[in-house]
Amino acid sequence: MTIDVNAIRQDFPILQTQVYERPLVYLDNAATTQKPRCVVEKIAENYYKENANVHRGVHFLSQVATEAHEAAREEVRKFINARHSHEVIFTRGTTESINLVASSFGRLKLQPGDEVIVSQMEHHSNIVPWQLLPGVEVRPIPFAEDGTLLVDQLEGLINERTKMVSVAHVSNTLGSVNPVKQIIAIAHAHNIPVMIDGAQGVPHAKVDVQELDADFYAFSGHKIYGPTGIGVLYGKEEWLNQLPPYQGGGDMIDRVTFAKTTYADLPFKFEAGTPDFIGSTALAEALRYVQKVGIENIAAHEADLLQYATSQLKEIPGVRIYGESAHKSSVVSFLVDGIHPYDMGTILDKLGIAVRTGHHCAQPVMDAFGVEGMVRASFAMYNTREEVDQLVAGVKRIVKLFHRQ
Amino acid sequence: MTIKEKEDEIIAEFEFLTDWLDKYELIIDKGNANKGIDAQYKTDQYLIEGCQSKVWVHAEYRDGKVYYEGESNTEIVGGIISMLVDVLSGETPDAILEAKLDFIEKIGLKEHLSPTRSNGMLAMIKQMRMYALVFKEKNS
Repeated sequence: MTIDVNAIRQDFPILQTQVYERPLVYLDNAATTQKPRCVVEKIAENYYKENANVHRGVHFLSQVATEAHEAAREEVRKFINARHSHEVIFTRGTTESINLVASSFGRLKLQPGDEVIVSQMEHHSNIVPWQLLPGVEVRPIPFAEDGTLLVDQLEGLINERTKMVSVAHVSNTLGSVNPVKQIIAIAHAHNIPVMIDGAQGVPHAKVDVQELDADFYAFSGHKIYGPTGIGVLYGKEEWLNQLPPYQGGGDMIDRVTFAKTTYADLPFKFEAGTPDFIGSTALAEALRYVQKVGIENIAAHEADLLQYATSQLKEIPGVRIYGESAHKSSVVSFLVDGIHPYDMGTILDKLGIAVRTGHHCAQPVMDAFGVEGMVRASFAMYNTREEVDQLVAGVKRIVKLFHRQ
Repeated sequence: MTIKEKEDEIIAEFEFLTDWLDKYELIIDKGNANKGIDAQYKTDQYLIEGCQSKVWVHAEYRDGKVYYEGESNTEIVGGIISMLVDVLSGETPDAILEAKLDFIEKIGLKEHLSPTRSNGMLAMIKQMRMYALVFKEKNS
């Protein structure tokens, strides 16, 4: 089945925006996706009809809000096929999810001198939280020239000090889809738990955390057509029960005295303070929307756009594509000889084309290729081949502009 | 020519360019015409690092006037620097410190001065003023 992109585009009012008197071509989806009308309306509806603090009140509205929030948790559970809904922790996003695990797991298991294995293609969000742990060494699994993770080097990096493996499901810069199931199997053979940064994974392919056997899996709502400020940490029940709380406050306690405080059960132990119950229900709405379109259909459509964009860009003399792994998701990072990404991005913007430029919060990737930055186009379900044509035409015009001599 | 007159001249050059690509073409030409910065000053000491682009700036004081040179590793920022160097060089510290430099906004490049743009432009203008201030203090 293919998807009806024109119909989908009608669901995203922002796509009708004009920028500098040109129609917006939004190709910065790996940074954040646009929101369908139903998600935006859900947020408004929640505030208009169901706004009350959750888990506390006995009054009617509080119960309605609580039920909606917990139903959202169940929706997320189904989406990633977790065993229990209390294995789904709501956070502010992938970054907070990783910080939660790094902090709580770190306090439980990590001593100075211990090691955490990541990949060389991580977003800074999956490097820095581990570096914040005193004396912990972060060691990267390298990648090949084409952006494929050299997973056969993982075994050699593991030693008795290795306490955690934390890798991206999909690279935000190179698009490489990493063999996380294999990574998890290798790490588990050494009794090492694995955290997966799924920020770029969940929006583009079916994720089944039980099938992967991931110990922790994190993703952000805003990258999967949901609102900003809500994200998910999935954790296996046995791990979440062992980990100490991340933050203290309301909702996460069982009983507080000055002598001793006991904590609430999962998932509330990790959700201090009033949770974003508006965001959670809007995220659930986004997940329903994605399922209605069909994640496999979205993946197939994006794969077509990626393949088309890659082949079209390659025809431009001087273009170099970064990341051409055989298993690749819908981002294409590139540079044109002699043209700085800031210059490219600035003029593409004036042509109405939104792309990301810079180091993409993955400086080790830039270092690996010896560049300061790249231009990245990233696709979502509502992008079209015509938009890719506009990107390619834009790049060609810019090449002409800069290479006039 | 005063700073204001030099600014007006640039504004007039851009005035009839309605297409963004034409404006940027002119900016790039301005950058290409810039003689750049002497190699001895293209060092970390004179570097102003933005998140996405690098800018080097250096100034000298001769006969009561400030002479700038500047360069960027991006052509657009380089073009803007070239215009700033043209506008401010050969002026007295007082004139430089009083200059509003609103030609950048008037030719439609205000966004490059946004703090969120992180291209080092704002810091560079501040640095150019700082040179003027230091020369003024030293020679008063």
